[in-house]
Amino acid sequence: MAPELIWLIFFLPLASFVVISFVFKPFLKDKPRISGYSTIAAISGSLVLSVLVLLSVIAAPEHELLMPDINWVIVDGVVIHLGLMVDSLTAVMLLVITVVSLMVQVYSQGYMHGDPGYHRYFAWMSLFTASMLGLVLADNLILTFVFWELVGLCSYLLIGFWFHRKSAADAAKKAFIVTRLGDFGFLVAILALYASTGTFDIAELHRLAITGALAGTTLAWAAIGIFAGAAGKSAQFPLHVWLPDAMEGPTPVSALIHAATMVAAGVFLVARMFPLFENSPEALTTVAVVGGVTAIFAASMGLVMNDIKRVIAYSTISQLGYMMLGLGTGGVAIGIFHLFNHAFFKALLFLGAGSVNHATGTFDMRQMGGLRRAMPWTYATFVIGALSLAGIWPLSGFWSKDEILASSLAAQPALFYLALATVLMTAFYIFRAAFMTFGGEYRGGNGQPHATHPHESSPVMVAPMVVLSVLAVVSGMANVTGGFARLLGHGEGHGFIEGFFGILAHPLPWLSLALAGLGIFLAYAIYGAKWLSAERIGRMFSPLYTMLYQKYWLDELYENVIVRKILLKGIFAGLERLDNKGVDGVVNGVASGTIAAGRGIRRAQTGQLQLYGLVIGIGILAIVLSLYLAR
Amino acid sequence: MDFNYLTAITFLPVIGAVLIAFIPGLSPRGVRRMAAVFTLIPLALAIIIFVSFDRSAAAAGVIQFEEKMRWIAALNAHYHLGVDGLNLPFALLTAFLGFLAVLISWKIDLRVREYFGWLLLLETSILGVFLSLDLLLFFVFWEIEVIPMYFLISIWGSGRKEYSAIKYVVYTLFGSAFMLAGILSLYFTTGTLDMIELSQKGLAMVQSIMPASAIFFFILTAFAVKLPVVPLHTWLPDAHTDAPTAASVILAGVLIKMGGYGMIRLNVSMFPEVARHYSLLLVILAVVGVLYGAALTMRQNDFKRMIAYSSISHMGYVLLGVFALGQVSLAGAALQMVSHGLVTGLLFAMVGLVMHNAHERDLRKLGGLARQVPIIAVVFSIAGLASLGLPTTSGFAAEFLVFVGSFTSGIVPGIKVYTILGVLGVVVTAGYILWMLQRAFYGPVLERFDGTPDADARERVYMFAMVAGIMLVGIYPAVVTDVLKLGISPIAGMLGG
Repeated sequence: MAPELIWLIFFLPLASFVVISFVFKPFLKDKPRISGYSTIAAISGSLVLSVLVLLSVIAAPEHELLMPDINWVIVDGVVIHLGLMVDSLTAVMLLVITVVSLMVQVYSQGYMHGDPGYHRYFAWMSLFTASMLGLVLADNLILTFVFWELVGLCSYLLIGFWFHRKSAADAAKKAFIVTRLGDFGFLVAILALYASTGTFDIAELHRLAITGALAGTTLAWAAIGIFAGAAGKSAQFPLHVWLPDAMEGPTPVSALIHAATMVAAGVFLVARMFPLFENSPEALTTVAVVGGVTAIFAASMGLVMNDIKRVIAYSTISQLGYMMLGLGTGGVAIGIFHLFNHAFFKALLFLGAGSVNHATGTFDMRQMGGLRRAMPWTYATFVIGALSLAGIWPLSGFWSKDEILASSLAAQPALFYLALATVLMTAFYIFRAAFMTFGGEYRGGNGQPHATHPHESSPVMVAPMVVLSVLAVVSGMANVTGGFARLLGHGEGHGFIEGFFGILAHPLPWLSLALAGLGIFLAYAIYGAKWLSAERIGRMFSPLYTMLYQKYWLDELYENVIVRKILLKGIFAGLERLDNKGVDGVVNGVASGTIAAGRGIRRAQTGQLQLYGLVIGIGILAIVLSLYLAR
Repeated sequence: MDFNYLTAITFLPVIGAVLIAFIPGLSPRGVRRMAAVFTLIPLALAIIIFVSFDRSAAAAGVIQFEEKMRWIAALNAHYHLGVDGLNLPFALLTAFLGFLAVLISWKIDLRVREYFGWLLLLETSILGVFLSLDLLLFFVFWEIEVIPMYFLISIWGSGRKEYSAIKYVVYTLFGSAFMLAGILSLYFTTGTLDMIELSQKGLAMVQSIMPASAIFFFILTAFAVKLPVVPLHTWLPDAHTDAPTAASVILAGVLIKMGGYGMIRLNVSMFPEVARHYSLLLVILAVVGVLYGAALTMRQNDFKRMIAYSSISHMGYVLLGVFALGQVSLAGAALQMVSHGLVTGLLFAMVGLVMHNAHERDLRKLGGLARQVPIIAVVFSIAGLASLGLPTTSGFAAEFLVFVGSFTSGIVPGIKVYTILGVLGVVVTAGYILWMLQRAFYGPVLERFDGTPDADARERVYMFAMVAGIMLVGIYPAVVTDVLKLGISPIAGMLGG
């Protein structure tokens, strides 16, 4: 494929952003729909081109297209080759991003209908998609970092879309700063890699890591620095705290952030730099351990949340942990395969949450219930997404999750048990959400008149959910015979690539299916059939429940203890006192000292000749005396 | 060269000032227009020489557009102006901000003639500092600058303006006294005041009446006050905060860059050996400045003071880049100065607008302004994001070059650790910038700011001009670095790093 066409994948949504911001918004203020159309048209174009890229990558030798570079000299000695890297990883990511983004944009036309910021919304959504596409196309670390930060910026803008709400502005700021903490590691890693290799080029760095020219502690620290950046963006423990708050943005934004853009960026980065991790056992273990811990840690918090978006948000963190675990134990193909499947069912679940919010005016599941009758399409598609997330055969989530379980069993048995326990929790929390939202009787929504009789969302919102639910069923087929693993090239030999039914000949899938089934059954018993009382269970495990509901007090620790008490009121306040009283005090002290000295010495100037004469006399005497003594 | 471009650029503003002062019956409108014309022409000329500047590799270290004539024969002092890659970007930046400062000052209505007179004199003195290649001339321009700034702060300022103005003067003169001693020692040692000659000769060979390191620190003191280097910084928050908007823009935009420029031009290029010897000390001071400045910024509640403190932190990166002594780090430091001039200039201009239009500068009382003044909010956000080093803005290009250059520089021991500590500063920067944005512009809309006017047409002109500059340097930094490297490569060659 011509490189110009591939550049176009990135430039189409960018052009949409520019046109909306500088033409539509100022000049077509009262025709907001055109912004939605422009975004959808641009992303459709990128989608078509992405499919073509995927086809040519599949056909290409080594599954990689070679692209020419443009030299981008910043200053003598720092030369950047600006170019594209188009391999199988890029092609898969392009497809995921454009498909999910397109569905989200179509849906947004209904969800954002009538919002005064409609133009602004689609402008930023276009830029968001463009940045993410740029990130997966970049062939060097500087360009990667540029798009990486732009993805972060767009998340900031979209999470804070309703900036007049304090909670939204807070959430946006938190997302940016927490991810920037990770970016610090990434930036230092880039510096360290450049200092020891003299290149920012990703393919070159791969080569150096594989040949062993780049090795030892430098490689390990660089890889861990890169992973710090990835952990920030992909919300891994302990940098996960921004993601649950990020639901302050419009729900379709959450769908995009949680499925295909922001959080996918971190997993993608580790996959992109995988040869560095592969050749550094310490770094690879770090990835696996952090991923495994995050998976169960986040799932446990998802068990008790009452806000449907929060449940799904913790689910995202947990699933991202799975992806990292997959990368850390099984390689690129296994981690990315889960990203690929997860993107479709997670976007679907978020769009479903947005749909019920549209009908009920709330995200609190305690005010929902019974929506299966009023919203049959939303109900059906949500359940498909939930089954896929829970990993029920033969839906997509099953295929990738069991690959991860198998690879972790082979590489890190301890992490395997964490991942297995997470399977149970996942099935429980997502079906808890499903039963609370769609089961039982309707509990009145937010109490507003339009919420008393909830009804199904408009076709423009339902259609994307239907498309995504089909994908949530079938996307796992991509690897049933190992096609996906072969395409990505790193995953041969792992998992059970034994066909649609062949997989059921193994014990592990039965174990995970049994746990998932148990989770669904428990959710049914408590929230569907109500055989057990949720309140009673909550009271029985009261300290545990409080700990989970308070999110292990981590937000409290970060925001109140570290930022407010230790930094702002502690160290920073101390430095401020030092500056005002100490440094500036010395300056003002010198000034007032000079004035005081002047005032003192002025007293000597009495104007009395007798005194002056006396002093002169004493002076002469002193000089004569000293001359005499010195002789 | 028939036309004396540099003389014209330098002295046109002061000619404007004289005309404004002496033409009788000039209306305030006439004064403003006159000031605009006499700053726009130097800007146009500066653009012409920037465009026609020879960027070929052969031009490295070559002085272009040179003007030299005997000035005081007894002292071997010359009227000597010229541009190489190092000072040209700063001259252009000064001319640019000088013109915008006039537009920014359009609504000044107190003692209009006097105000614009001082403003134009200020521009001439700064241009003179950047363009002089003779130490005595350099020093004269350096000293003249204090006078207009004193009056601008103490008459048109706000808050404790007299205190801040006199503090600024005393601080500057304190530094200048040392610099004069340094310049005299140099002159009596070498018999020349020619800056280019001095840096090419190499002072190590010259028999000195004073240790070279003493001269180095004499001169450095003046620049360290100006940049500023912690702990010589406490004049800055007061002066920046209490100055009128345009003076803050000039102060933060170009005036403090005289310090960084002087360090490269005089300290590093004339005393490479001494600079190497003391680089570790200065790099540590740089990192302290970055973190200390950022920490203090987090504690401010005054909108303007917050930006003032952020400058201390950002100038720490300049000091880091300069005394990491690598070719790339020096270029990064110079680019950071250009970038900071645009970015912080814009931030001060925007804060000035908010203060003027909303009559409030306390961040605890501001809020929700994005609804009432969307254009100011958007432009301020762009400037803020540039300040925190977001890619595609000049802030990223500059800081990244400083980091890459410092990290890979082999001269200073342990530089990697110091650079990493400096990088940590960008996290705090993100914290205070976003917090500031939130406190001023986001959150619930406040009724008391209903009816606050947004930027008018003239204000949009200067803000968009600055945004364009920020994005241009951010996306295509070579527009500046191509010029800078010609001035820096000879210096880096002497350092051998």
